[in-house]
Amino acid sequence: MKILVCISNVPDTTAKISFTDNDTKFNKTGVQFIIGPYDDYALARAVELKEQHGGTVTVLNVGESESDPQLRKALAIGADDAIRVNTEPTDSYFVAAQIAHIASQNSYDLILMGRESIDFNSGVVHGLVGEMLGIASYSPVMKLDITGNEAKFAREIDGGKEHLSAALPLVLGCQEPIAEWKIPNMRGIMTARTKSLAVVEPVSVDDSTVLEKYALPAPKGSCRMIPAEEAEQLIALLKTEAKVL
Amino acid sequence: MSVLVFVEIDNGSIKKTSREAIYFGARLAEQLSGEAVVLAIGEATEAELEQAGKWGATRVLHVSEEKLAHENSLAYADVLAQAVGATDSKIIVLAKSGLGDAVAARAAAKLKASVVSGVTELPDTQNGFKVVRSIYTGKAFATVEIKSAIKILGIRKNALEVVESEKSAPVEGFTPTLRESDFAAKVLEVEKASTELSLTDADIIVSGGRGMKGPDNWQPLLDLAGALGAATGCSKPVSDLDWRPHHEHIGQTGIKVAPNIYIACGISGAIQHLAGVNGSKCIVVINKDPEAPFFKAADYGIVGDVFDILPRLTRAVEEAR
Ligand SMILES: Cc1cc2nc3c(=O)[nH]c(=O)nc-3n(C[C@H](O)[C@H](O)[C@H](O)COP(=O)(O)OP(=O)(O)OC[C@H]3O[C@@H](n4cnc5c(N)ncnc54)[C@H](O)[C@@H]3O)c2cc1C
Ligand SMILES: Nc1ncnc2c1ncn2[C@@H]1O[C@H](COP(=O)(O)O)[C@@H](O)[C@H]1O
Repeated sequence: MKILVCISNVPDTTAKISFTDNDTKFNKTGVQFIIGPYDDYALARAVELKEQHGGTVTVLNVGESESDPQLRKALAIGADDAIRVNTEPTDSYFVAAQIAHIASQNSYDLILMGRESIDFNSGVVHGLVGEMLGIASYSPVMKLDITGNEAKFAREIDGGKEHLSAALPLVLGCQEPIAEWKIPNMRGIMTARTKSLAVVEPVSVDDSTVLEKYALPAPKGSCRMIPAEEAEQLIALLKTEAKVL
Repeated sequence: MSVLVFVEIDNGSIKKTSREAIYFGARLAEQLSGEAVVLAIGEATEAELEQAGKWGATRVLHVSEEKLAHENSLAYADVLAQAVGATDSKIIVLAKSGLGDAVAARAAAKLKASVVSGVTELPDTQNGFKVVRSIYTGKAFATVEIKSAIKILGIRKNALEVVESEKSAPVEGFTPTLRESDFAAKVLEVEKASTELSLTDADIIVSGGRGMKGPDNWQPLLDLAGALGAATGCSKPVSDLDWRPHHEHIGQTGIKVAPNIYIACGISGAIQHLAGVNGSKCIVVINKDPEAPFFKAADYGIVGDVFDILPRLTRAVEEAR
C-alpha cells in the first residue's frame, strides 16, 4: 500500500502571533515551527498502517526550506521518503494544485491529511485535492482501518459519528483519536538522515487570492470579577450589562 | 448577478448558522445589486423553506431527492455546482462547518473558484473584492483580495448580527443530475445523540475541565446547561480521559465554537483551549485559582469552587424566569 501524507509547517500552538513589514508578513522571529497537529495524527496512522500492511509512506509539504526540519522529523517518525514542493504556500487552491500534481504522477492508495492546518484553518485542501484527482474525500476522520482494497472509517458529524466504508483510493482529513502522536526515537532520527528528501519545483497555478494585510484582534477589555458570595449576580449581569442572555 | 447560499437542513429546519449565511449572502447581494438565492438539499416543508425570505433570500431552490437525504458532501458539491450554472451565480456563501468546508472545497475545484474560509465580515466590493478572514485559529485576521471569477465564502459564526424581516421567499424544486460515483461509500452506522443541542449551533455553552474532578461529577454542570438551554463542552484532557464524549472536546485540536456565552468551569485556559473559544461574544470563567490564565480572556470571572457555584447559578437562572 502506498500512502501519501501531506503535512503543513505551522507555528507551535503556543506561539505568539505578530506581523512585520506594515502587517504584510508573518513575524517568524522566535517562533518554533511544528508539523500541524492534525497532520501529525495523519502521519502516525499512516505509519501504523504501513506496519500492519507493508508498503510505503511518503510525506509531502508545499513550502520553503524552513519546512525541512519538519519533513526530517516525519522521516524519523517512520515515513520512507519526503517530497517538498519548493514554493511559498500562498492559498488553499494553490497548495491543493501542487499536491494533486504530485499525486497524479504516483498512484497512491491513500492520501492522508490533517482535518485543517492551524495557520489558515480552512479545512479545504483535502476536498480540493480529492476533486482535482477525481477521487472521494472525507473529513474529519477519527478512525481508519484498511482491509484489502477497502477502507472502513468513522467521521465526526454534528453531535456524533458516522461509520463508512469505501474503496481505495481515498483522500482523508484526519483528527484524533485516529492514532496517538508519535515521537521519533534515536534509531528513527539516525535513519532519517539517509532517507530521501526530494525538492521539486511547483507547477504554475494562477494566484486567485492575494494577501493585502494581516491584523490582530482588538485587545480584550478587562475581566469583571464577581465575588464568589455574590455569584448569582452573574445571571443579571449577563442580561442587563452584557445583554447576551 | 446572484449570490447562491448553500444551507444545511437539520431535522427539517434550516440550521441557525445557515440562517446567518443567508443573511450574509443577502447583504452581499444588496451591495452588488443582485439577489440572494438559497439552495436547500434535504427534507423540509415549504413553510420552513419560505422563511429564508426573512433573512433576505428572494427565492429558494429545493432539492428533495431521497438519495440525498443522508448528508453527502460529494453529491452536495455536485448539486451546488449545477445550481451555480442554473442561477448564473458568481458568489457562493455557506456557513463554515465540517459539511460546509467539504462542500465548498469540492465545488471550488469543479468551478475553478477561490474558496476563502472563516470570513468574519462583509466583503469590501468598492474596489476589487476584499474579504477579512480569521487565521491562526482566531489569533489573527487576514484581508485577502479574491481575483477568481467565481468566489466561495465560508462564513464564521456571529460574523453579522442577523436582522429578520417579514418577507417570505418562493420555493421551487430543483432537479440535479446525480453521479453514481458520489454514492460509492457505504454508510454502515450513524451514532448520533439526536436530542443533543449541537455545539456549533448553540447560543450558550457550558464547558467543563479537569477541575470537574471526574465523570460522575458532571450533573451540576448539566443542570446549569439544562436551565440555560445550553450545549455542553469540555477540555481536551476531559475527553482524553473519557469523562465526556470526544465530540464535546473544544479547542485547537477539537471543535471551534463561537456562542454568545461560553461558561468555562474548572478549565485553566491553556492557549490551545482558548483557540477554540476566542470567537465567543462573552466568556465567563469559574475557577478556584485566581491566577488561572483563563481570567485574562474572560469578560466575567468568579474565583470559587465549581461545586459550590454551579448549583447556585442554576437556581439563579430558574428564579430569574
Ligand atoms: C498540540 C496541543 C494541542 C492541544 N489541543 C487542546 C485542545 O484542543 N483543547 C484543550 O482543551 N486542550 C488542548 N491541549 C491541552 C492544553 O494544553 C491543556 O493541557 C488543557 O486545555 C488543560 O485542560 P484543563 O484546563 O481541563 O485542565 P487543567 O489545566 O488541569 O486545569 C484544571 C483547572 O481547574 C481548576 N480547578 C480545580 N478544581 C477546581 C474546583 N473545584 N473548582 C474550580 N476550579 C477548579 C484548576 O485551578 C485549574 O485551573 C493541547 C495541547 C497540545 C500540546
Ligand atoms: N503547505 C502544505 N503542504 C502540505 N500539506 C498541506 C499544506 N497546507 C495544508 N496541507 C494539508 O491540508 C490539510 C488541510 O489544510 P487547510 O485546508 O489549510 O486547513 C492540512 O491539515 C495538511 O494536511
